[in-house]
Amino acid sequence: MYRYSLGNRRWQFATLAELMAKATPARSGDRLAGVIAHTAEERVVAQMALAELPLKTFLTEALVPYEQDEVTRLILDDHDVGAFEPVSHLTVGDFRNWLLSDLATPEMLVRIRAGITPEMAAAVCKIMRNQDLILVAQKCRVQTAFRSTVGLPGRMSTRLQPNHPTDDITGIAASILDGLLYGSGDAVIGINPATDNVAQSVRLLQLMDEVIRKYEIPTQSCVLTHVTNTLEAIEHRAPVDLVFQSIGGTEATNRSFGFDLATLAEARDAALSLNRGTVGNNVMYFETGQGSSLSADAHHGVDQQTCEARAYAVARKFEPLLVNTVVGFIGPEYLFDGKEITRAGLEDHFCGKLLGLPMGCDICYTNHAEADQNDMDNLLTLLGVAGCNFIMGIPGSDDIMLNYQTTSFHDALYVRRVLDKRPAPEFEQWLTRMQIFQDGEGKVPADGLPEAFRKSLASLPGGGGS
Amino acid sequence: MTGQKPSVIANPWRRLSAWTDARIGLGRAGISLPTHEMLAFQLAHAQARDAVHLPLDTSALMKDLAELTERRKALLPHEPVHLQSQASDRITYLQRPDLGRRLSQKSCEALDRLGHTGDSPVDLALVVADGLSSYGVQENAVGFLEALLANLEADDQTWELAPLIVVSQGRVAIGDDVGHRLNARCVVVLIGERPGLSSPDSLGLYLTWAPEPGLTDASRNCISNIRPAGLSFEEASRRLGYLLREARRQEVSGVPLKDRSEETVIDQGIGNFLLR
Repeated sequence: MYRYSLGNRRWQFATLAELMAKATPARSGDRLAGVIAHTAEERVVAQMALAELPLKTFLTEALVPYEQDEVTRLILDDHDVGAFEPVSHLTVGDFRNWLLSDLATPEMLVRIRAGITPEMAAAVCKIMRNQDLILVAQKCRVQTAFRSTVGLPGRMSTRLQPNHPTDDITGIAASILDGLLYGSGDAVIGINPATDNVAQSVRLLQLMDEVIRKYEIPTQSCVLTHVTNTLEAIEHRAPVDLVFQSIGGTEATNRSFGFDLATLAEARDAALSLNRGTVGNNVMYFETGQGSSLSADAHHGVDQQTCEARAYAVARKFEPLLVNTVVGFIGPEYLFDGKEITRAGLEDHFCGKLLGLPMGCDICYTNHAEADQNDMDNLLTLLGVAGCNFIMGIPGSDDIMLNYQTTSFHDALYVRRVLDKRPAPEFEQWLTRMQIFQDGEGKVPADGLPEAFRKSLASLPGGGGS
Repeated sequence: MTGQKPSVIANPWRRLSAWTDARIGLGRAGISLPTHEMLAFQLAHAQARDAVHLPLDTSALMKDLAELTERRKALLPHEPVHLQSQASDRITYLQRPDLGRRLSQKSCEALDRLGHTGDSPVDLALVVADGLSSYGVQENAVGFLEALLANLEADDQTWELAPLIVVSQGRVAIGDDVGHRLNARCVVVLIGERPGLSSPDSLGLYLTWAPEPGLTDASRNCISNIRPAGLSFEEASRRLGYLLREARRQEVSGVPLKDRSEETVIDQGIGNFLLR
């Protein structure tokens, strides 16, 4: 039982999960789950009670039972007491102060990473304002590499997402070309296939591999199919760079996605054995998003932001190249409008970075959410300031396969320009060498069609090319 | 003539849009979207927003399905049935997915009265739900079912079907409840996918072997983007036919049931021109 007195009124919260849920800024998914604070005042009281809680509490009190959940076991068994030491005496409220203070240098934040559990990150997140989430995330440096290096200071990368509703090769190639010529794709060229099928995945992997090899692009490809499909594709000797999987913060969520931790370990080993990276060996690409545990009825009464942070423990175990919170994809029943999507995007980025993950964000919304392009412009700018590792890039913001809107190639150039960000260094050099960009910093595209692509365009029915 | 450069830089690869609906080669004003393209996007978003709230014309759909049932009497001996989820209106539906997954009390009773809960199960229940695009269902459900029923009629093994079911304000998982109550060995839910800017009319379908309430997505196989400009009715019914036969043979669906139907590669285009 957690109690708090305010004036002569006494409040109580039956469990730690209830305290965490009620301290969470309002969102539709927690309302749907029935765990939200009943009043605005109750929410702030819960935040005050949470602020007084020692961080250590999370090491002895599991929100999801240890015996029932392998994610809880992963979190507690892998906890690094030595790394935790510099902050082990703090309460959640003191931890916020410490994170904002100049004691928490980028180096110090790296040092304590393995001592921070997802629940500690989630708890402090709940009592931080948006500017706090931005300021601390900006101090957290997480750098990963495969054929490009993602997450260096002053850089922002993009996933080129050339989805097509029938996986049509010409359509996909057209979107890849459009993206490359707008400087997109240094985090990954990643396709969501229209139908989950091993044969189709192999075909798409070959398509991307051939393009990457022909133009010597310092990037990696990924087909976002189920982990077991990618394992089969590797058995078929398909050119797999990265293994993809959507992950959640409880064992039951992951079971509903059709995998467990052992599956991920097996897939990672298989991808590592191919040894296809050049500047690094991070071979996993994970996607997450608040609401997935509730959607799978696997949340154990835990609020969706905390469930999301727990998914980062799963990600952290497998040293991913990219972790992408697909923040507005799930729909208005979990994040109702632009305000809730914005808050969730900043929370996920902060928690992921604090835990040491290469966080990117699919800054997005669906047509049944109360959100629009202006909301995405705002979140994009905020995440750019926060130092987000990568965002999506898609032609004209319109994903014609998944039927939602995410950031466009143009949007990435906007944020690079207003915040003075550059693409990954290997990719930036390639853009210059290929005469795709004029300025050497990935900010000003060439006016015409670069030489290397003229022959391809000229080969089209109708000819011509420039 | 001022001799100045134009403010909008056009992209010579724009003509690739002959092979895709993706918004490629939009050109740029500086590095931003040109005005014409920006407003075209705003219009498409406005239309998609309106489509989400368009109600399903159930009387028209039921009439079409009754005619289809009449034409395919050998497969469909029973009249189609209209049901309702526990989400009573659109706003409730959007905010309470749990209610969209459960049948209303009246609908449960209506199904139970059909008396299919005897000892011998039917092979397949086909459920049509409005989902997030009634437009997709209105435009494409009957056409797809025509193709599927022709496929099933031509199959070597016989398929005993439950009556066609329509659910208003329904989500995917409601098919599990419907299939269970109909004592069906397998259920396929046809549902309106959330409308995209370029595709307000997409149908998705979800197959579950041994449906019962409480199953998750891991138990389902999905085929997406069924519409004239996407996956054709014929190709979608061919793929579903494969999954149905395999589900029946292996008595399983979802993650363990992989779609290994032969890829008759249906590229409309000119292949990977980037390799030329």
